[in-house]
Parts: sequence; C-alpha cells; structure tokens
Amino acid sequence: MSAEAGRSSLLTGQPLLEVSGLCVDYGVGPGTVHAVVGADLVLHHGEVLGLAGESGSGKSTLAYAITRLLRAPGMIIGGSVAYRPRPGSTVDLLAADEGALRVLRWSQISVVLQSAMNALNPVMSIGTQLTDVLHAHNPSMSKAERRARAASLLDMVGISDDRLGSHPHELSGGMRQRVMIAMALALEPQVVIMDEPTTALDVVTQREILEELMDLRERLGFAVLFITHDLSLLLEIADSIAVMYAGRLVERAAAAALFRAPRHPYTLGLLSSFPALHGPRQRLTGIPGSPPDLRQLPGGCVFHPRCPYVMARCRTDAPPLLLPAGAGDRELTGGRLAACWLQDGSSAVPPELAKPAPGGVSPAATSAVATPVARSQS
Amino acid sequence: MTQLTGTAQPPATGTPLLEARALTKHFPVHGAGHGAAGTGRRGLRGARRRLSRGGPDGGAVVHAVESVSLTLAEAQITAVVGESGSGKSTLARLLARLIRPTSGELLVNGSPVRATRRGGQSYARLVQLVLQDPFSSLNPVHDVRYHLARPLQVHGLREAGTSMDDAINALLERVALTPASQFLHKYPHELSGGQRQRVAIARALAVQPRVLLADEPVSMLDVSIRLGVLNLLGDLRERERLAILYITHDIASARYLADTIMVMYAGQVVESGPAEVVTDRPEHPYTQLLLSAAPDPGHAGPSGRPALGGRGSPPSLVTPPTGCRFHPRCPHAMAICADAAPPGFGVADDHQSACWLHASDLDAVQAAPIAGQQTSQAIDQAPRMGEETR
Repeated sequence: MSAEAGRSSLLTGQPLLEVSGLCVDYGVGPGTVHAVVGADLVLHHGEVLGLAGESGSGKSTLAYAITRLLRAPGMIIGGSVAYRPRPGSTVDLLAADEGALRVLRWSQISVVLQSAMNALNPVMSIGTQLTDVLHAHNPSMSKAERRARAASLLDMVGISDDRLGSHPHELSGGMRQRVMIAMALALEPQVVIMDEPTTALDVVTQREILEELMDLRERLGFAVLFITHDLSLLLEIADSIAVMYAGRLVERAAAAALFRAPRHPYTLGLLSSFPALHGPRQRLTGIPGSPPDLRQLPGGCVFHPRCPYVMARCRTDAPPLLLPAGAGDRELTGGRLAACWLQDGSSAVPPELAKPAPGGVSPAATSAVATPVARSQS
Repeated sequence: MTQLTGTAQPPATGTPLLEARALTKHFPVHGAGHGAAGTGRRGLRGARRRLSRGGPDGGAVVHAVESVSLTLAEAQITAVVGESGSGKSTLARLLARLIRPTSGELLVNGSPVRATRRGGQSYARLVQLVLQDPFSSLNPVHDVRYHLARPLQVHGLREAGTSMDDAINALLERVALTPASQFLHKYPHELSGGQRQRVAIARALAVQPRVLLADEPVSMLDVSIRLGVLNLLGDLRERERLAILYITHDIASARYLADTIMVMYAGQVVESGPAEVVTDRPEHPYTQLLLSAAPDPGHAGPSGRPALGGRGSPPSLVTPPTGCRFHPRCPHAMAICADAAPPGFGVADDHQSACWLHASDLDAVQAAPIAGQQTSQAIDQAPRMGEETR
C-alpha cells in the first residue's frame, strides 16, 4: 500500500530519523544482556517502517532507545540517532539533554505504547488527558480552544465528542486504543512510534484502526515506526520492513520485496509460519527450535542453531548486514540489506532465498513460500 | 435461536465421542442497575439470594452460550472461531464440565453424562482441557516431572511393571520434548513458551483422553514456534486418533489445522462446515466480515484488499439484540433479522449458515432493508471472500 498521492511534502523520501550502530545493554558486568546490537535503521518522511520480531528480539528496546525512554538497567552504549525534521537541521537524540528532549517529545516524536489499556490514567476523563498534553506544550491555548481541539482529535479517530467526559473503563478496548492514537497525534508530530498498538484487539477492530491510521497518515503526512510480532500485518501496511532476531537486524527491505523475495533464512521461516487464507492446505514447517536466551547467545550468526542452511562459517563469524550479492538496482534503491553468509556472493544461494524481487518475474503468492508437503488426510 | 442440530452438524467420519446438545450457559449479573435482583439487598445474604435468582426468574444474565450443539468425533479436529466475548472459552469450560450448563446436555459415546463425583473423574479421563496461557497454567514451584506424575497418580494409571519415570519419559516423547531427561527436572520458568505449552499438552495426555479441548493453545506463543504446537496437535489427531476441539480467534490457523470450522458470534454458532468451504465460500455475513479483516498478505496487491464487511463491535450479552444478534452490524440486515432469530439453513453438504438471507420464502415486508443500513442483497450476490482466488 504505497501512498504517494497523499504525501505532498517535498521532503518525502528524505531521511527523517537515522539510527546507526545503536547498541543497548541491560545491566553491567558478566551478566550483561546485549538487547540491541549495532542497529541501523532509516525512517523517511511520510514512511511506514515496520519493525518485526519475536518477544525478546529487542524491538521495543530499540524504540525506547530511539526516544530515550529507556529506563535503568537499560543503557545505550553506542551508536547514534539523528533526527532531521528539515533539510539542514539535525538533532542528535542521544546527545540531547532533558530540556531539548522535552520539547521534541510528543510535539515531534510521539509514542503509542504497547498496552493502551494501561497507558491511560484510569482516574481522569479522556478529555482531561487530551487537554493536559495541549496545555503542557501550548500554554497559550485557551481552555475553550483546548476543549475544541480535544473534540476534533476524538472526531478524527472516529469517536464522538460526547465521550470527552468518559473515563477509560467506560470505553471498549478499541476505543481506548483510538484515544491513545488521538493523543499521540495531538501535537501533529512528524514521527509516531507504535509499539504493538493492536495486539490485544480483535481482528475486526484491529483492521478498523489500521485503516483509520493509514488514512490519517495520508492526510497528516507523519512517519510511522510500527513495531509488531505479526509480520503478516506489516506486509499489508508498511512501506518497508526491518526484521529483528535476538537483538540484531537480520533483514531490511521494501515490504513487497521482503514478502516475495526474502533473503534471510529467518525471514523465510517467519513467512512460512503463517497459514494462508487461500489456496491448497499444505503442511507448513515454521522454524525449528525456539528463540535463544539473550544471556547465552550462540557464537557466530545468532540464528545458526535454528537455520536449515547453516554452514561452517556461520558457527564462528557473525555476518554483517550487507546488500545481498546479485541484488538489482531496484533493490539498491529499496534499501535491501541482509545479514547472512549465504548472500555474500561466495556460495550458491538456495533458490528460495534468491527469488527475483518484485518487478521482475512475477512470483506466486503465499503458497510459493511454503514448503509444499502434501497434507495427509485421515 | 439457532437450530444447528445434531443431524446437520459437522461431518463425523469417525465415531462421535463427545456430543453436546443445545448447550446454553447464562451467567448471573451482580451489582446495581441490572435487573430487579439487586434491589435493596446488601451483603452476603443478598448476594446469595441474587446468585440463586440469576436466570429465568428475573435477574439479569449474561447470555454467554446459547444453544450450541456439536459433535467431536474420533480423529477429527473441530475449530471454534470467534472474537473475544463470543463465548468460545465458555463453551470449552462447559465441555470440560468445569461449569454447569444452564440447559442442554452432554453425551459421551451416545449416553448422557451424569453429575456424580465419580462420574466427574471418569469424565476427566476422557476429556482434557489445555489452557491458553502456559505461563500460568503450570505451577511455578513444581518441576515438569511433578506436573506429569500427578495425573498418573490421581487416576492410578501407571501400568504395572513400568516405573513412573518411564511413563513420564514416554509422555514427553509424545509431545516431542526429547531427550526427556533434559526436561524432567526443569521448572516452568526454565522452559520457553512453546516447551511449556507442550508440557501442558503432555499433562492432558497423561490420562489417555479421547477428547482434547485446546483453548487458544498458541495465541500466547511466539510466531516462529506456533506452528510446532499446531503441527503437534495435528500429529496427535493422526497418531492417537484424538478428537480435538481447537478454539481460536485466528481463522487462518483454523483453516490450516481443522477439518470443521464453527464460527461463533455473541454466544451463538452462526456458521459451520468443512474448514476449506467455510473460509473459501463463507455464507454468513459475520464470517465474511472476519475473513475480510484477517491479515492476508498474499492478496493485498496494488488493487488493495477487500473492503471490511461491516463495522462496530460485538453487542452486550446482558441485553443481546433481538432477532439475529449480528443484525446491528450486518450490511445486509432486513426487517425480519430484528424480529426473529434465523434458524440454521443448510447451504451445502455439512455446511450450515444461520442467516435469513438463505430463506427463500420471505415476503417483501420481511425482506425490507433496515433503515440506515446498506441495501440488502440476495446471498448469491453478497461478496464471497474466496471468489477471487479461483
């Protein structure tokens, strides 16, 4: 779902948030957990960047580090995060002091937290919570203006303004999530970071909220960093996707390219973990084993104990995140990167990891991703 | 009230092991503002009186499950699909006899289940429940061996001549936790989510049940290990010929695993049939809505995805809508939908849909679209999700 039409900003396609070499540890000393290791990400103006990963893959930690919301024992130990709201203007988010962050947060970069159910204050009406943020960032606004703005924000996410006096427990889960989104958009930020915003919701509500979110994105032109474990969801809403595993980014690509032509065995495994809604039923294999303990990571490539393509080199050397060998121009522009020794050009790549990216030969749909093993009938 | 009766139920190729007939569960509602029961009475006595009064004689009730019939047959997987609040977990609890039905009956091998204590134990040997959250369904202070030894001891099931350890090792092997010795003395916190759920399944298998009720067994697990547990359930069906009830909100996984899908909405079964038929050619507007909302990356091309077939959220079950409970959200709602609950119409072999759109003999008044909702369409013009694939 590209959205060129709505993004009238001249800045579209320009980097807005650049993360490079970001490392986050929990704790110090021998028990240190390296939660994020050398993360490189670029979020462009008006883009929806999906960050996919399982629990413990470091995706939320990465988001908290970017926004400097990380709490002890979490510590940023390296890397940089550059925020470029306008050409020629760069803010180093990791170097910014609390005062500078206070100005930036919410008005420029806002966050929709994981459990909206708990992120709202249960003893304050949602109207109060909405006007509170307006009051804090725009002290010059009058009370009536704030009230009107809060009403229009609610209206924007499809809630009637007579709900301003409601308390969170009077709203359904979907409405609470909509309120959270309205609050995040209250000051018209450039970047909205969403951490599993729809995970606890029913599938119909989830779809409604995602559609609304995409509409708002078209209208207001903000960029979204969308964090979820549900890769199938990201494939529908994101422009580009980064996949994390055990604290490392293992693959990055445009959404369609990632879906049609994955380059990393973990991505391929994730894609074949979702049963399809169409086509013949076939046995899927998923990924053997389970995600590693971050305190006892395997040597070399962190995915090698679960990888069906493991080679000798994978056990000893960690692969860097590089442009896959044989990538075309299309992939160069799409920002395609993969961290896998199979893709460094020195060995033959299995055909399922070397499919042409979209635009070339049209690959088959979901079924092509799955391992075709006939489903035995009883 | 839906009339999905035994005769038109899911195809039972195997022997029917467990049968539910018109199971209904109403939970009494406590607190102010609900019905007449709460008036003026405070304290325990009042609460007790209110409890005993919950039901047809006045107090407000939550209509959690309404007249659901189903058959679980040998070596068959039946999936129950629905949103939260649709009554699917209540159904699992009814089938496990953790709660008593308000009305309706359970039949095991064709004979009604009696409510004696001994009957309870022998029922538990036949029907076992696996819960959603393996993080809370295992006792954190006991190791794996204890969890698996208890059912064997309680039911006196260890065969003569075999040691307890052998029996437990065999159980762990059945759920592919090998080598068993590596897991025997682990505590729940030392296991991953997938391993924990396998232990929970092994515990259920310990009593050699014939029916396994799995209530959202994979929804708490990481994506990459869900399939392992789903495939394990599929293998148990094939290897041990278990009858499995798979409860889920994920219709794609139901299609993957199950032979039969039952779709529940607001406590009622709205559609049931062979898994692929229900997902490829959904007949009930609610099933169509569910399918239009499910993530489906293979079909979201430049042309976009199908429009969402309806809006809103499920109704209150204390005062459910009259007639068809889906009619306030239904894009095809007609006058009759608000007046009378549709019976289950057989739309194909083993495929039933409780929707008035299938009725051929409605008059013009009955078929008039409800004001404010979209014009009704005959069911054969209604959007069918599977259509674009063929």
